[in-house]
Amino acid sequence: MRYAMAVDTRKCVGCSDCVVACQTENNVPSGYCRDWVVEVMDGTYPQLEIEIRSERCNHCVNSPCVRCCPTGASHFAEGGIVLVTKNECIGCGACIASCPYDARFPHPDGYVDKCTFCNHRLKNGMKPACVEVCPTKCMYFGDLDDANRDVSVVLKKRKYKTLIPEAGTDPQLYFLI
Amino acid sequence: MKEELFVSGRMNHMIDPRLNIWHWQIPLYLFLGGMAAGILCFAALYYIRGKEKEFHTAVRITPFLAPVLLIIGLLCLLIDLRHKLFFWQLYTNIKLQSPMSWGAWTLMVITPVSFVWCALHLKDVFPGWNWKYKWLIALETFFNTYKRVLAWVMLAYGLILGVYTGILLSAFNARPLWNTSIMGPLFLASGLSAGAAATLILSKNAAERKHFAIIDLVIIGIELFLIIHMFMGFLASTQVQIEAAEMFLGGEFTVTFWIFVVILGLLVPALLEILELRKYHIPALISPLLVIFGSLALRFIIVHAGQVSRWLY
Repeated sequence: MRYAMAVDTRKCVGCSDCVVACQTENNVPSGYCRDWVVEVMDGTYPQLEIEIRSERCNHCVNSPCVRCCPTGASHFAEGGIVLVTKNECIGCGACIASCPYDARFPHPDGYVDKCTFCNHRLKNGMKPACVEVCPTKCMYFGDLDDANRDVSVVLKKRKYKTLIPEAGTDPQLYFLI
Repeated sequence: MKEELFVSGRMNHMIDPRLNIWHWQIPLYLFLGGMAAGILCFAALYYIRGKEKEFHTAVRITPFLAPVLLIIGLLCLLIDLRHKLFFWQLYTNIKLQSPMSWGAWTLMVITPVSFVWCALHLKDVFPGWNWKYKWLIALETFFNTYKRVLAWVMLAYGLILGVYTGILLSAFNARPLWNTSIMGPLFLASGLSAGAAATLILSKNAAERKHFAIIDLVIIGIELFLIIHMFMGFLASTQVQIEAAEMFLGGEFTVTFWIFVVILGLLVPALLEILELRKYHIPALISPLLVIFGSLALRFIIVHAGQVSRWLY
């Protein structure tokens, strides 16, 4: 099993519904976020190009955060999801410094927090909150090993990119372009 | 032109625009740990070589600083943790891929070893020292019998401690400035020179002082080579590392780095030591204090600048 997410940058309008859905679903403390929206403007007026991306943890295959964690609190769960065990985390910040996507933050309670791909919802057969709530249906989520899942299908049909693959992390968040 | 805007969520002073997770505690610890490593390495080395008498201060007196530095360093580490009560989780497993895990276990070994080393030399500092309890005297005899083994352990773990302070940073490929294997040797050299400087401050023996002044000179040379080598490597590397180097070559860290680390921390003390070896009269404290200051400044600037350097995407 290999969970992955694809985000259609051509459909995303940057409404930030995914951000609010995540904050509500996961009780993210105010002022913090596990996912965020980036708008990249390219070119010079009037020839401008905009790309909008809903970003979160890339749940990398070769995760620097799991590698750097001194206690094993950062670990891989089923399907390659990168998770933090609260009571094993000492809050040293090594994983935060090691993430090229800056996807982690120190929770005010002390441990380090991040996107879980809504692991608790997956267990009940539901999709992550951000995917579920998206009004433009621009996000696809599922098991890449299953060729019939919409995420596998869309990645076969469409052109895509990942973020800084040159960092050697093998990210599992795909952006359709 | 390329512009990146955060539409939501990431407008967060806790994370953006800079991911600054490590403040003063980590660089201060890296300095204290490096200096303690240097002190213990020299003590062990000269003991193993049987030069206890010639290098009385380095083997018997300066090591008394090490446990103090290590304890302050450990306190810094504890203050840095955000989930402090769970610190013992460091000692429930060994993670070979995590430099921080290596460091935690190294400290677990070298801190007690440094205490034992000092205990064995208490009589040199306080001639009338009396252990009072029989079991303490028995322990002292035991460690005195195996003092050579202890010295080898201290030398090995001292080197690991010194080099790990740099490897800790170089393991983070997310921070291009740190992500160079030069960090390990550079921090080891800087720690050794701070350790030699400590002996220079404490020693009253002219021959020992001269010896350590030459050691300091050699290490300063090595450090200068490593720094130049580091920037050459960066400039010949990828765009992110070129940008990391440019922070020091015209960017925001240029003045602090070249003035505090290179000029005041390396070149001036080297010049003063050369003049002193040529029998010019120079206040003995200036040069070692500058070396220690330069070592401290190096850690602060590298840790801070590393967190500014990042991948752009």
